Amino acid sequence: MTKTNGYNYALPFEQPVIDLDRQIETLKDRADANSYAEELAKLSESRDSLLAKLYRDLEPWDVVRVARHPDRPQTSDYISMICRDFRELHGDRHFGDDPAIITGFGRIGPHKVMIVGHEKGRTTAEKVACHFGCAHPEGYRKALLKMKLAEKFRLPIVTFIDTPGAYPGVKAEERGQAEAIAVNLREMSRLKTPIVCVVIGEGGSGGALGLGVGDRVAMLSNSWYSVISPEGCAAILWKEANEETNQAAATALSLTARDNLRHGLIDDVIEEAPGGAHRHRQQVADRIQQWLVDQIRELRRFKGQTLVRLRYEKLRRIGAVARAE
Amino acid sequence: MSQTPPRTWADVPELTARGKKAVPEGLWIQCPACSASLFRRSVESNLWVCPTCQYHFRVSATQRIEQLMDPGSFEPMNVEMAPADPLGFVDIKPYPARIKAAQKKTGQNDGVQTGLGFIKGRKVVLAAMDFTFLGGSMGSVVGEKIARAVETAEDRDLPLVIVSASGGARMMESGYSLMQMAKTSAALGRFHDAGGLFISVLTDPTTGGVTASFAMLGDVILAEPNALIGFAGPRVIEQTIRQTLPEGFQRAEFLRDCGFVDRVVPRCDLRSEISSIIDYAGK
Ligand SMILES: [Zn+2]
Repeated sequence: MTKTNGYNYALPFEQPVIDLDRQIETLKDRADANSYAEELAKLSESRDSLLAKLYRDLEPWDVVRVARHPDRPQTSDYISMICRDFRELHGDRHFGDDPAIITGFGRIGPHKVMIVGHEKGRTTAEKVACHFGCAHPEGYRKALLKMKLAEKFRLPIVTFIDTPGAYPGVKAEERGQAEAIAVNLREMSRLKTPIVCVVIGEGGSGGALGLGVGDRVAMLSNSWYSVISPEGCAAILWKEANEETNQAAATALSLTARDNLRHGLIDDVIEEAPGGAHRHRQQVADRIQQWLVDQIRELRRFKGQTLVRLRYEKLRRIGAVARAE
Repeated sequence: MSQTPPRTWADVPELTARGKKAVPEGLWIQCPACSASLFRRSVESNLWVCPTCQYHFRVSATQRIEQLMDPGSFEPMNVEMAPADPLGFVDIKPYPARIKAAQKKTGQNDGVQTGLGFIKGRKVVLAAMDFTFLGGSMGSVVGEKIARAVETAEDRDLPLVIVSASGGARMMESGYSLMQMAKTSAALGRFHDAGGLFISVLTDPTTGGVTASFAMLGDVILAEPNALIGFAGPRVIEQTIRQTLPEGFQRAEFLRDCGFVDRVVPRCDLRSEISSIIDYAGK
């Protein structure tokens, strides 16, 4: 999984680009590659413009696919690209250490921060340990414990959101999945330190929101954030999840970054270059870093109490109601 | 692989036990749990609890208010608040059509009634959810009315009682629905700081986004016997783990044994339980 240009896994709509990539590779690999310079330049140009065209008008369902791309950078990748001197902190001091949420101290630009983020895992063993990014209650409790530690020393909190949802299982229920998330929502709303959140991949429902109550929330342009996944929604409202109903549900749910911004549910969109974060890892990491540094600089000017008041007022405004006829 | 399981109102089975409608029509009704033939009016006067087996029928918000509050004391708030359709959501039916049908069926504008009233002479702010309105799902109206109820309790220094009955989020309001979880929980954070008492009553069913927000944040959490209470719906969990679930899993008594519910209280005792807790913890 070291290749960074995204060939390990091809999204269906990317196939024409992958084909061009193969042609380019074939030419480049030839001993007499130099004599094909002109052809190579042409191919590269059409490949780039094709990629730009494809990513300009992605359907919401395709955005979901990009957000789930196996090569898409995860919290651990962004930590290594953005963060200096990361000191991971483990465990919730009650039950255990959930690897589906990573927490720790780190430096981002000029700021010392607490980083909290969902992790899906890269290898099969990691994915299994992380339950594919679906955290258990102890994950949410670990996150809160470390966020309170940050508050104590007035470190800003940075969260990376990337989960299909909190884990739905017997043990998770026994250990209070709902309670863990509910407490995070309440406590994050009143932590007296800046909280900035970035949806880097999947923003699946309450499991995402459990790390998502902040002063500033941004989404990467190819991430999704919604109350339910398109498949879940299709299975319930369309009675069947298939390619067609998943597409329809993804559109109906208004789950893209732009949709969420338009409805005032998030504050910003961080643009990925055409081709997505799995092709442009460092560039996307740089943009996230810049955004985080800017937001934290701005938020640090406020007193803790003021932050809490503004955060509450922001949450309090969200909702669309009508008067009965 | 990375499939998000559905965690919304429609994921909750229609019934607590085998049987037909939750609150059926007709002179004679059959208990869904013990199959006894029951005279409708005697069940009604027994607070919709089967006299034979203590099965708790689901009740509407209006019935709940009648059962819980001192007669004639309930003054509703924000009754005119109704759902909008901020996303222009259409599945096989447009959301406004679903709203209209639910309003016609229930005579309510949305899935929660809030107001001021008395329980055994103690003044409270009450919110009662209605599972019959789109599965008691939380959209903007439910979130807003709950938040206002919390703020009213804070402003007037009154105990807050919320009776939950919900399958979770309202998909047709997507992100708006999700954010109501944060909004209601944040409001409760302020209420908590102000020293307010919040008694959360969980009834069948309380799942999804409502459980994972205000319902689990009570200072005291009560539950009706055998009520289904959980984060994920049982069908989703079964699909995920590919096993049948143990008997009693996600029921009120199970939640109590796991440490997440303070007391399981039969419906006939709810009024005295709530008033007694107010006497201990209220102002
Ligand atoms: Zn019975």
